[in-house]
Amino acid sequence: MSLQKHETKHIQDVLKRKLTKTELQIIAAEWSEHCSYKSSKKHLKMLPTTGLNVISEKGYDSGVLDVGGGYVVTVHIESHNHPSAVEPFGGAATGVGGVIRDILSTGTRPIAILDGLRFGDIENDTHARWLFKNAVSGIADYGNCLGIPTIGGEVEFDDSYKGYALVDVAAIGFGKKNRLIKNHACKGDLVVLIGGSTGRDGIGGSQFASDSLEGEDRSAIQIPDPFIEKLIIETILEARNENCINAMKDLGGGGLSCAVSEIAESLGIGIELDVNNVHTRESGLLPDEIMISESQERMLIITSKQKLPKLRQICNKFRVTCSTIGHVKNDKMMHVKKAKKTLALLPAEFVARAPLLDRKKTKPKYLLQIKKENKVKKTLDYSKIILKLLSSPNIASKHWVFQQYDHEVGIRTVVKPGFDASVLRLDNGKFLSAKIDGNPKHCYLDPRQGAIGCFEEACRNVICTGANPIGMVDHLQFGNPEDPEIFWTFMESLEGLTEYAKFLRIPCVGGKVSFYNETPSGPIKPTPLIGVLGIKDKTPFLSVSPNNDDYLVVIGDTKDELGGSEYFEYIHRFIGGVCPRVNFTDSKINMLAVLSLIKNKLVKSVHDCSKGGLSIALSELSIFGNIGCTIDIEKIPCEENLSSEKILFSESHSRYLLVINKKNIEKVNHILSKKKIAFAVLGKYSGDQIIIKHKSKNLVKFRIDLAQKRYFNGLEDLLKHG
Amino acid sequence: MCINFIGEIINIIVKVGVIVFPGSNCDRDMFHVLSDVFDLNTQYYWHEKGLPNNIDAVVLPGGFSYGDRLRAGVIAAHSPVINDVKKLANKGIPILGVCNGFQILVESNLLPGVLLKNESLNFMCQWTNLIVKNNKTPFTNKLQLNQKIPIPIANGEGRYYVDSQLMHDLKKHNQIVFAYEDYVNGSVEQIAGICNEDGNVVGMMPHPERAAEKLINPLDNKPSSLIFESLIHTLGVKN
Repeated sequence: MSLQKHETKHIQDVLKRKLTKTELQIIAAEWSEHCSYKSSKKHLKMLPTTGLNVISEKGYDSGVLDVGGGYVVTVHIESHNHPSAVEPFGGAATGVGGVIRDILSTGTRPIAILDGLRFGDIENDTHARWLFKNAVSGIADYGNCLGIPTIGGEVEFDDSYKGYALVDVAAIGFGKKNRLIKNHACKGDLVVLIGGSTGRDGIGGSQFASDSLEGEDRSAIQIPDPFIEKLIIETILEARNENCINAMKDLGGGGLSCAVSEIAESLGIGIELDVNNVHTRESGLLPDEIMISESQERMLIITSKQKLPKLRQICNKFRVTCSTIGHVKNDKMMHVKKAKKTLALLPAEFVARAPLLDRKKTKPKYLLQIKKENKVKKTLDYSKIILKLLSSPNIASKHWVFQQYDHEVGIRTVVKPGFDASVLRLDNGKFLSAKIDGNPKHCYLDPRQGAIGCFEEACRNVICTGANPIGMVDHLQFGNPEDPEIFWTFMESLEGLTEYAKFLRIPCVGGKVSFYNETPSGPIKPTPLIGVLGIKDKTPFLSVSPNNDDYLVVIGDTKDELGGSEYFEYIHRFIGGVCPRVNFTDSKINMLAVLSLIKNKLVKSVHDCSKGGLSIALSELSIFGNIGCTIDIEKIPCEENLSSEKILFSESHSRYLLVINKKNIEKVNHILSKKKIAFAVLGKYSGDQIIIKHKSKNLVKFRIDLAQKRYFNGLEDLLKHG
Repeated sequence: MCINFIGEIINIIVKVGVIVFPGSNCDRDMFHVLSDVFDLNTQYYWHEKGLPNNIDAVVLPGGFSYGDRLRAGVIAAHSPVINDVKKLANKGIPILGVCNGFQILVESNLLPGVLLKNESLNFMCQWTNLIVKNNKTPFTNKLQLNQKIPIPIANGEGRYYVDSQLMHDLKKHNQIVFAYEDYVNGSVEQIAGICNEDGNVVGMMPHPERAAEKLINPLDNKPSSLIFESLIHTLGVKN
């Protein structure tokens, strides 16, 4: 059990009696870092959470955004890191299941999944490769079976994840506004548990996740069953249509203990339940095990007596087990019984609200030791370097991953995965754009600027599809928060995100904090992950490949910001330098400029400039368009005398590459000049080679077919052969 | 409305059924395309419910019936509704199985052969080109022979296999309906879809319902639309 000394004392002081074993188990589960957010809760309040489109209701586990026409989009993000590091297939699969139920609990149908995966160096570390392959299979197995498309995500490899895995899953739901579950309950209502049976899997899972991963505590790992989850989705949506659900909550971390205490607390009610009524997988389960088991695919529903028969009938149709485990009372108490014997009787509010902590923070020493400059031999073959980057695991095509995911089911996927943000069509005639982004390499060098950068990158990707960002979710992943240096990095990231969210007026509609991400060799790099949703009205913006004589235009300044770049880290194995920083004003005006060009149908294609820098972004456009280009980087907007190395590989933010038809180039020139946007016409498309010139010399020259081979085979070859 | 052979105007309400098994997940997509895109009177039929005698066409949609337990489609093949599907198949009613629906038709012995794990051993979701090999079925009669259909696949067990004896029979009775243009998953003779001897029962691994609308088809949605227009033609519905 994970209760701390001061917590045990707090319990004694408030309740003034000795607690039963069951009571202690319940409190320990709910007060784990994973469930209670006790280290972060005080600070998370700084994020802006309201906005015109935001709908908030009691007890929602996912963010709800009004997208017009009587429809809402829901969104949530979670991770399943500890379990995935031990058992990647099941761990990753369960990660999908959990976040899907959060979407379902608002009464919306899950329509998309995005996942962010991070592992150690898969080129050299076969364990990392094993973790990666199995996590992908786990997500595929679960998401595909549910019939929810996995429309996007990101994959990254970094030494700081050695022996560990970050598996983040974001889910999106869609539904009618008037069908949202408005959580409510009154005395006499019944508490019903539906879905999978409760077993001995995932015992103490949330506490397991709230500690450094030292032993492989397999019993803490949940066993996934996507088929039951699929049946639960259909059962609940049908029950919703028949108005059988007064209130609902999914069983995730902390199992019944958390679900019951949290729903009782949020609705201001009491719940009395009998563990004998919980349907179990095996006989002889102890009451404490029933209360803290994290067996998957379970939902808690509060329904009224009159509606119970209908609910049962729907459950029977889908052969989903449904047990009435208790009823609602007025006393605001969580009362757990076994037949007539009381095992726990605790104020729900007391259980649900762990005493919050004030963690200490200090600037980490490593930041002072980081080298600012990398001394590179000047004569480098940039063509070779670009080709090497194109085939590197962090940049190479991820089709090996996303082709294992059904990304078409639901027939909404207008823009498929593999480029910038993915786009879904909605029933109200609008288009939803979604992207998640993280960048631990940047965040390690500067947790604040790095986090803002991730946020901007996700926004940029959404902008590239012509959509307006309407909401964000964040997932903040760090090491042990008891270490003041780690807590400092958390606070820096959070403050940075808050600052940028307020500036752009993008509400944070959901999120999660995951601490204790420690590998055998130390904490992970700070890994905030940001998901951004955007909406485009009327028509989607579909990229068209460049043709002969089309122009390539860059928007945004390139700066001396090679820190944390793939060029430094992958090519030179150098960790250090200055990481990119977002200039808020430029960020916004560049976004608006791109949106207006798309709106006025002046661009054929827009691509965001990120990992690998300008050289990689323009190579990708040529690779997908199957056409060469000749550009001159002397014209690029940047500070004076910026070296060609920095121009090619710096990962400065707020930059976009645009493909413009010859007939529109004058207009685009005029509009961008008038708006005083930093931009340049870099060159033209033609031939089958990428030629980058500097001072009329060829700095880079390689064939597209070679680049395609490197880009498309880089990751796949690595995984196919071992 | 329709005109019969002696020129009388008669009202025909054609009924197309989409069967829903526990774990079906392309049922709503198929329903949308049949009813919203092609204006067919479409209804869902839960697998425990019987099918009416006067139904005009039946579609078994894709998904993971029973979570693909044991083997894709094998449990659903024992659903009560399959008896009705068999009766209708014998009557010559057009029946289409897509992806998991195809697997169920094979497991029910309504179609010959088996569907094995893909050669890559992975689930595969990607766009492919089909080649029409038989344009005499109720689902292909508006297509040209050897016409190309850009269409996505999404399956883990989609590698069609028959032994050489059965292959001989398949060819003899013109039962190969679609083949992949490229070597996709190791299917024997790159088969992507087949029909029964009578031609009224068709099974295919790729998803026509994911390719029939312009907005979600990045290549060309017309060929896939013709699969549905063939059915409309077969049923004699005039829009």
